[in-house]
Order: sequence, then C-alpha cells, then structure tokens
Amino acid sequence: MTPKFMHQFRNGGLTLFMTLLTLSILVIFLSPFAFMIFTSLKTQAQISIVGAPIWPAAPSLFTYKGKDVETFIVPLGKCEGFDTGNTSLKSLAVTTKGRQSSIFVDPTDASLKEFKCNVSWRALDRSWAFSPTYSNYTEVWNTIKFPNLMWNTFFYAVMSNIGVLFSCTLVAFGFSRFRFPGRDFLFIVMISTIFLPAFVTVIPTYFFFQKIGWIGSWLPLIVPTFFANAYDVFLLRQYFMTIPRELDEAAMIDGAGPLRVLWSVILPQSYPVLMAVTVFHIVYAWNDYFGPLIYLSSSRDKWPISVALSTFNGIYGQKPQLIQAGALMAMLAPLLLFIFAQRFFVQGIVVTGVEK
Amino acid sequence: MFEQLSNLPKLPSLASLRNMKPLQRREMLMGLAFLSPWIIGFLVFTLLPLMLTLYFSFKEVKIEDGLLGGQFVGISNYIQLIKDPQIWSSSGTPGAMWITLKFGLIALPIGIFVPLGLALLMNNKYVLGKMVFRSLFYMPFIVPFVAAVFLWGGMLNPETGWINRALMGLGVPKGNVPLWANDMNWVYPTYVIMGIWGIGNAMLIMLAGLQGVPTELYDASMMDGANPWQQFWNVTFPMISPVIFFNLVLSIVGLFQYFLVPLVVNLGTGAPGGSTMFYNLYLYKTFFSFHNMGYGATLAWGLFAMIMVVTIALFATSKYWVYYASEGRE
Repeated sequence: MTPKFMHQFRNGGLTLFMTLLTLSILVIFLSPFAFMIFTSLKTQAQISIVGAPIWPAAPSLFTYKGKDVETFIVPLGKCEGFDTGNTSLKSLAVTTKGRQSSIFVDPTDASLKEFKCNVSWRALDRSWAFSPTYSNYTEVWNTIKFPNLMWNTFFYAVMSNIGVLFSCTLVAFGFSRFRFPGRDFLFIVMISTIFLPAFVTVIPTYFFFQKIGWIGSWLPLIVPTFFANAYDVFLLRQYFMTIPRELDEAAMIDGAGPLRVLWSVILPQSYPVLMAVTVFHIVYAWNDYFGPLIYLSSSRDKWPISVALSTFNGIYGQKPQLIQAGALMAMLAPLLLFIFAQRFFVQGIVVTGVEK
Repeated sequence: MFEQLSNLPKLPSLASLRNMKPLQRREMLMGLAFLSPWIIGFLVFTLLPLMLTLYFSFKEVKIEDGLLGGQFVGISNYIQLIKDPQIWSSSGTPGAMWITLKFGLIALPIGIFVPLGLALLMNNKYVLGKMVFRSLFYMPFIVPFVAAVFLWGGMLNPETGWINRALMGLGVPKGNVPLWANDMNWVYPTYVIMGIWGIGNAMLIMLAGLQGVPTELYDASMMDGANPWQQFWNVTFPMISPVIFFNLVLSIVGLFQYFLVPLVVNLGTGAPGGSTMFYNLYLYKTFFSFHNMGYGATLAWGLFAMIMVVTIALFATSKYWVYYASEGRE
C-alpha cells in the first residue's frame, strides 16, 4: 500500500467510526419518538402482555379447520420429516399442545399437513403479528375536544405574536438607530431582566389581573406581549445594526420620518429576522405551560393544548397509550413548523448566543 | 448577549442632559418614543411588581385581603424564611433549598457538557451529514415541554418503559431495576433525563461558537506541536468561553427556578417522600395553593436575592476565564 492510500484508508475508517458513533447517539436520543408512536398504537391489553415485543403486536393466529390456533417459533430440527441437523426456525401453528411433543401445521404450506415436533409448546417463543390500533387517537380527539384546543393554542400564539412583532420592532429600531445619553444603560437594564425570577413579578401581577377581572381570559397572556421583551428586541436590534445607515439617511433626505424609514427601509430587508422572531415566538406560545396554567386554569374552554395535556397524567395514569397519543397530537404543529422553517431557528439562536 | 454586562455604562449626568443641543434633544425624544413600549412595560410589568412584591413581603397578607389589607409585620416574614425547616431542614426530608442545590449540582454539569460534547461531534471533520445531525439533535427542543416529559416518563416507566427493558436485556435482575420517578434516590436522575431534550439551544450556540474559532489558531498550535487535549484547552476553550459562560449563567438562573417538571410529573406534591419539593415549587404552592401573598412574596424576594448574588459573582469571575476576542481589536 502506498502511504497516500494508507492515509485515505485511515481517514475512511475514522469517518465511518465517527459517523456511526454520532448516529447511534442520535438513535438513542430520539428513541422516545418511537416509544410514543408504538405505545399510541397499542391497546390496553397489548401494553400489559408480558414478553410482548416493543412494537404494537398481537399473538399471531392462524385459522385451522375453522378455529383460531396460536403460532410459535419452532426449531425445525426437532420435527418429523426434517433433518435433525436443520437449525432453522419457523413460525408454525399448533393444533395439539403437548408437554413432550406437539402437533403443528405450517401456515405457508398449502396442503396443511399435520406433523409432530418433539418440543414442549410452553418452552417456545410466541410468534407475533404487527397489529396497530388507531382508536386511541379518536378517543383522545373526542375526550379533550381537540379541535377546540388547537384553536385556543393557535389564537394565543398568533395574537401574542402580533404583540411581539409590533412592540419589539419599534424598540429594536429605537435601540439601533438613535444615539442619546443613557441609551446603553437602558439596553443593559433590559438585558438584565432575563435574570429576574418569574415569581418576583408574577405575584403582584396575578393579584392585579385578579382585581381587574382578567383571570380566566386571554388578556393577561396577550397584553404584556405588546410591551416588548429582551430576547426578541436583542435579536431584532442585532439584525437592524447590520443594515447600513446610509440607506436610512438617503430616505430621510427624501423627507421620510423615522416611522417611514422603519417601515419602508428597515422592515423590507429584515424578512429573515422577522421570520426568526415569529417562529420562536409561536413555538414558545404553543409550548407555554406556566402562563396558561395560572391565568386560565379555571376556564376550561380556553385551555391551550399544553394545559389540557398535563391533566392526562392524573386522568390517564393507567392508560399510557392515550397519554402518548395525546403527546403526539400536541407536538405535531410545532414539529411541522420546525421542519419547514428550520433555518430561521438556527440563525436566531446563534445570534442570541454568540453575538455580544 | 452578555458581553456588555461585564462593563456597565455610566448613567448620563444631569448637566450633560441640560446642555444638549436642540438637535440632540430631538434625537433623544424620538429614541425614547420608540423605546416607550418597553419602558412602559418595564415600569408596569417589572419595576412596579418588583416593588409591590417587596411591599407584600413586609406584611402578613392573603391574596383575598387586597392591596391595603393584612397587617405590617416588619421583617418577621424574613425571619421565618431564614428559619423555615421546609427550606433549610437538613435532617429527615431535606429542605427545599437543599433539594434545589442538590439537583442543580447534578443537572448543571450535564446541561453544559452534553451539549458541548454534541457540538464537538457536529464540528468534527470526520462526521458526515453534519447538517442533518444538527437539525435532528435540535428537533426535540421544539417538542412541547409537557409532551416531552410524558414521552420520557413513558420511557422510564419501571414496568413497561424501554429503559428498564434495556437494562434487563443487559442483565440487570428484574428486582434491581430503578423505579425512577417513584424512588427518592432515582428521581433526580429521572428529571435530568427528562430534561435532556432541552439541550438543543445550548448545543447550537456552542456549535456556532466552535465554528467561529479561526482555523489559523489550530494551524498555529499544530506547528507548536500541541496535542489534541492541549489544543482544546489552549485554543478551543478560551475561544468558546463566552458561549459557555452564556449557557452557564442561563442554566444557573433556570435551575434556581426549577419546578415545572415536578409540578407535572409528581403533581406538585413533592412525592416521593418530599424529595421533589423544590424551592420554587414551595413558593408556587405558598402563593397559588395557600394564597399566602405575604410569605410568597418573601420567598420570591429571597430567590431573587440569591440569583442576583450568584449572577454577580459569576460575572465577577468571568474576567478571569471568559475571553472576548473583540476586546483586543478596539
């Protein structure tokens, strides 16, 4: 082997090893998705069978002479008419169960000839057939009034997103385009609010919303989004600062005021960051649990999906198939959004974490 | 995001505001007008509530008593906070503060090193299909928190979950498999596993940090004969220290406030055996279940003070180990 080939060979091996390593970590990391799908397709009985496979399975049955008989995995070497050296296994239907020997038929054999195998049927592994049940989804759909929950969640996500886009754009424009004493101080105050524990402001805020009768309505969740938040302002400001000021100045010479500049110069160029803020916020609102829990827990008809799902733990503690079906229904919308808008997520996160 | 917090700008002096030229004053008013949604929101939804919480913390007041109801009790709420066995008890069932700290000590290293390890893998030149891996490792972050907790809860079910089935497959006897969320000793690892899907953000940020390390630095360290370990500690780590710091601060602030998982998984009862009565859960129950606004407010300010002390301490240490590459250039 030439040295160059050796080098390539070594690199190829390393590539294979590292990629397989990453792949196996990924498979373990994502395995709960498979667990969810398999469990949600099982019946209550399928969950409690001892020794059943992880996928939705039912003991495989074969109709023999008008009766359903069970099937087992039989080593063919122990059966009449086969070589004793035969090591292969076959799924056979049992017609007569016996402790020393049992009578089987081969379901794939058209002549259905009975033959004896010298095995105890109890020692054999069952043969399983794939047998999914879809009724868990319909049951969850009906019991939690799924369309209503979807509408509630969607409404909350969209209304609060309007608030975020409106307020954070204005504030980010203020922070990125005006120079005045105290501006940087205010910016730092805003960033510091990230460290505030929620409860230190939630107690009086809850108290106040209760006094004005907003508990049980959407207002405590939506109105505050019209007053900007640190993350989204930061994200928008970073982007606005990359847009050259010359463009604003040219517009201002043409007589545009600041609002006009924001609307006609900045926003048309900010499509990626506006998308990032939108997808982040929609996922945030979709997954928000604490806000709806404290403000909407008394009004069931306004519950978003997260709060409704959380009650499953108490109601369906013994019915994991319904919990998993509900979880899948709850995550479908954010996952679809992620699949179609991936790049906006990635860019947005990178800006908040890496930029100063 | 936090770089500017390390060197606080000064507030403008009154004299400088008074001597502004009309044009500057106009710009300032315009700027403030644009900031006004945030300024009003900050005053109404942050500063005022912060002060009201402080005010309530000096009173014995139930939520039903109203703003002026209840009576002033001086600092007796704070004395109760310092003495509260539910928070500080170290014998028997541990207090809420010890539970919070103990869980934090388990969860924090995992919350930093797992995303860092994955980011290093994604940045490794021998891994094919990095973009696909990156998306798929991030994806669970999008899953609603309640759903993620239920998925992992199912995986960790002692009888039917895949994790115990895998353990039994590896030869762990049936009687010895962990009971996970139902066992006082296993409940913290259970919560850590349930939270593992939250690492997507940190992983992406660390990956971006790794990708931002100039390759010249690696080339130069290779020339100097550095081995991979030295290269990591002397080149990679200092260059990504800002993103590690960012994640560290946010993780610590988040861990002090940890309570939603025990609220959903163990229904906020503190089960098993009081081992999941985290500080913030205790606070939540004090206020939302027992409507005790005075003591709830005290607990909230206590938490706020602790987070503030820890955050300031972290920022103070940051100048010894966090390296902002842009500093030298200006």
